[in-house]
This record gives sequence, structure tokens and C-alpha cells, in this order.
Amino acid sequence: MGNSDDQQLVTRLRDGDRRAFETLVGRFHGRLKRLARLFVSTDASADEVVQDTWVAVLDGIGAFEQRSSLATWISRILVNRAKTKGVRDARTTPFSALGDEDLDNAQEFDIDPSRFNERGMWTSPPARWEEETPERLVSNQEAMALIDDELRKLPERQRIVMVLRDTLGWTAEDVCNALEINETNQRVLLHRARTQLRARLEAYFTKP
Amino acid sequence: MLTCKQITQVVTDYLEGRMGLADRMRFHLHVGMCKHCRAYLRQMKTTIETLGRLPNEPIPDDLRDELRKRFADWHDARTAGFPNKPEPT
Repeated sequence: MGNSDDQQLVTRLRDGDRRAFETLVGRFHGRLKRLARLFVSTDASADEVVQDTWVAVLDGIGAFEQRSSLATWISRILVNRAKTKGVRDARTTPFSALGDEDLDNAQEFDIDPSRFNERGMWTSPPARWEEETPERLVSNQEAMALIDDELRKLPERQRIVMVLRDTLGWTAEDVCNALEINETNQRVLLHRARTQLRARLEAYFTKP
Repeated sequence: MLTCKQITQVVTDYLEGRMGLADRMRFHLHVGMCKHCRAYLRQMKTTIETLGRLPNEPIPDDLRDELRKRFADWHDARTAGFPNKPEPT
């Protein structure tokens, strides 16, 4: 799926063009840092993983076959490194070995059931938000801080899946492969995380 | 007929395109008639889109310098034809 811009960067990088490397770093660094932060416990560890990833990218660029996009390829390198490092730092057990605590109680409702009547209709419907558009929400510092805070509070697996999907734009398939979970679990984790975050934003917007 | 409660439970299946045609139609039918569920769906989409716009951290200067050095090492090693040649200081 490599596009022509990717191809050009790869060719220049293989030729040893320093500016191509800096373009690449500028383009991907922020995303890689966010990605690394999902798997390791400290900022310093995340920086280390990102740095190692760039070195691995340089060492591997000659063999990169462009069957996936550059972004996907680099992300895979990072996830492999970050998972290993996360385990080595004893911060986390391997993702697929984690308990299913946030998949249990699948019948439980994420939204307060008292908001519906016995026929399943809203009795306390979603309150209107002041900022209904992402553009306005993004410029609301307080709301953004709330999202950051809420992300930290989510169960780890929910947070990882939601950030991979919604912040970093991974496909469901890529997430399943990287985390070694099945598609249904992926969707349940995503659903719970999104439901929870929306509910927190609603609470924020309706607080007196 | 789907209930409002059910809409909130299947909204991710809907947004992920994991719903059969019949369920999809039932979903549309409900949302078309229910302004509360329309608001719910809109807020879900806003939440998701906002997550896609979380700001990225800038690269710290020392990391940028370190990466420049790593690139130079890599470049020198390749040009010299010794992949593991250490950087002369």
C-alpha cells in the first residue's frame, strides 16, 4: 500500500539522504511517542523505544519491501520493541496474557441503566454539549485535559485499543495482529472505552 | 424495533460496519425517529474524531541531536562498507 511519497522517501533514505530521515522523523515522531507511551511506564523509556526504533528503521530500510505503508512498517517495529521493553521493565505483562477483567461482565451496561425506562427508552437523554464539533472541543483546553486524564484511568487494554484505533488510526485488523486478540474482543474493548469517554465528556459538559 | 438502550449497545458495531443489512436498517429507522439517539450518535462520533486530533508532543532537542548522530553513524558505516564500524570521535 506504499504511496509514491513513501516510495520517494524510502529511495532517498536508502541513498543516505539526511533530509529524508529528518522529514520522516518530523512526520512520525509524535505518533511513535504516543504509541510507545502505551506500552512503557515512563516518558524516558518511551523516548528510548522511539530512538531504538529509528535506528532499526535505518538498519532495515534496505530490506523494506513496501508491502505495507511506511507508517505501518515503522509502527510494527516500534510495537515489537515497546512490548519487549514494557515486559523487561516489569511494568506490564504481555498484552495477550492479561486477564479478561475488562471483557467480563459483557452483559453489563456501560451507561447507567437508570437513564432508560423499562421499555429501554431514554428517561434521562444525552445532554447537549456546548462543543458539539471536534474543532471546538480540541480548542477547549479543559476538555482536552479531561480526555487525557480519562485515558489514563481506563483499563489498560481499553486504552491501548482506543488510542491505536482512534488516535493513531490503525485498522481493526492491525490492532488484532499487534495485540494478538480476536476481532470481537477488539470491538468490545473499543466500545467500552469510547462509551466511557463519551459519558465522561457528557458529565463534564453538564456539570453545574 | 431497537430500543434506545440497545442503540447505545450496538453503536460501535454500527460505526465499525459490523452490522448485517437488516440490523443496519433497524438502526437507521430508530435513529431517524429518535432525536436523543441522534444526539448520542453525534456525540460518539465527536468523541472519536476528537481522539484523532490529540496534539502530538514536539521532539525534544536532545533527542533530535541524538538521532542526527545516529544517522551520521549509520551513514558513515554504510559508506565505509563496514556495517558495524564505530563512530570515530
